[in-house]
Amino acid sequence: MTDPIKNRRFHMLVMPHLNSAFNLACWLTRSRHDAEDLVQEASLRAFRFFDGFHGDDARAWLLTIVRNTFYTWYQENHAQQQNTLFDEEFHSLDTTDAVDMHYRDNNPEKLLLRKDSERQLQQGLAALPLEFREVMVMRELEDLSYKQIAGIVDIPIGTVMSRLGRGRKLLAKILAPANQGE
Amino acid sequence: MEHSEIMELLPAYVDQELGIAETLTVQSHLDSCPECRREYAEQSALSKCVRTETAYFKAPPDLAARIAAHIPDTLPQDKPRRISLPSFPASWGLSSNLSWLQVGTAMATLLVAVWSAGLYLNLPTADDRITEEAISNHVRSLQADHLTDVASTDQHTVKPWFNGKLNFAPTVIDLAPQGFVLEGGRLDYLDGHPVAALIYRRQKHPINLYIWPANGKDAGPKAESSRGYHVVHWTADEMHYWAVSDVEESELLKFSGILRLATHQ
Ligand SMILES: [Zn+2]
Repeated sequence: MTDPIKNRRFHMLVMPHLNSAFNLACWLTRSRHDAEDLVQEASLRAFRFFDGFHGDDARAWLLTIVRNTFYTWYQENHAQQQNTLFDEEFHSLDTTDAVDMHYRDNNPEKLLLRKDSERQLQQGLAALPLEFREVMVMRELEDLSYKQIAGIVDIPIGTVMSRLGRGRKLLAKILAPANQGE
Repeated sequence: MEHSEIMELLPAYVDQELGIAETLTVQSHLDSCPECRREYAEQSALSKCVRTETAYFKAPPDLAARIAAHIPDTLPQDKPRRISLPSFPASWGLSSNLSWLQVGTAMATLLVAVWSAGLYLNLPTADDRITEEAISNHVRSLQADHLTDVASTDQHTVKPWFNGKLNFAPTVIDLAPQGFVLEGGRLDYLDGHPVAALIYRRQKHPINLYIWPANGKDAGPKAESSRGYHVVHWTADEMHYWAVSDVEESELLKFSGILRLATHQ
């Protein structure tokens, strides 16, 4: 029943992208706990469908499954919870231990200031409606191309562009009041 | 194209996703339209902010283990012949720690054995060996989310970062005007030496540039390809330079050409 070649191929091709899967899952669910469940379910689903994977972009393929699994799950259980703009659960995430920050430099004097702006950005991005949040995360954090994003979300490339544009503008609006004090 | 159409293209312009013709059209419109310039500035600032200041959530280690428990990796040890190079084009010696752990000791030993056997059979030159090692380092740097130790597009930030970490000072030059954007630096290890790794990006394609001191005389650029990656290396002013990327070979040669001109001044 077990096929060692398939298992090994799966480990080699798909498992290296677990960080990407988890990152997207965290930003979709806004909960570390739910993200773990989501990625586990999606990975096992990916393994079941692995025979049908013939492409060369295993990361995009896995992210597509993570996203689809999320939407199935979201429509069944959590639609109402996601509709609230600011989800307390996500904010309770401790960004200092949960994440790898991409610090531009390590100047300690700026660190406190930056922590504050990080929190605002974190919350701002988390507050974006799903359709904008997901393309922003795929573009800015996963560095996927428009073509890859279009494939994962199943929308035209032009729509990827306009959602990114609107998403960034929306985020700027969310952050604007906070920046006025500086 | 009209102002409103240009405005709509700006996100893709920021993301360098436009074709050459559209890019040029947007560029010339920006010169004459303050409103689009503002929009462009806002788009790129937001993009940069999100990239540099929001969280990237890495999977907890036990998550991989939990998934792996459902997908046992059962390698038949009596059939090592079934592991042939072509079936694992990009995996030799560059699996993340994650998959190494899961693959297990037997597999790891086998991989090493097959790999070194291959090396002996091919009697590789020193260049071949460094090429393979440089490509492995390149791929690992991308897989492990560890492209940069110091992330900065400012050469004056990246260069001093290496102070005290290496016993030589690598030349750090931003080539953004030429289309190769400096993204940062990292310490790496190559051919038995600690080396400086500078990361540049050509559109979607990261380029790792490895630099370390050389004893020999200057050597002109040589291009090699393996496993879908291109390598261009040269020696100048007592420094080895090895550039690795999946970008087209002509682009990598252009990169090395610009860099050699710039460092020779
Ligand atoms: Zn305009």
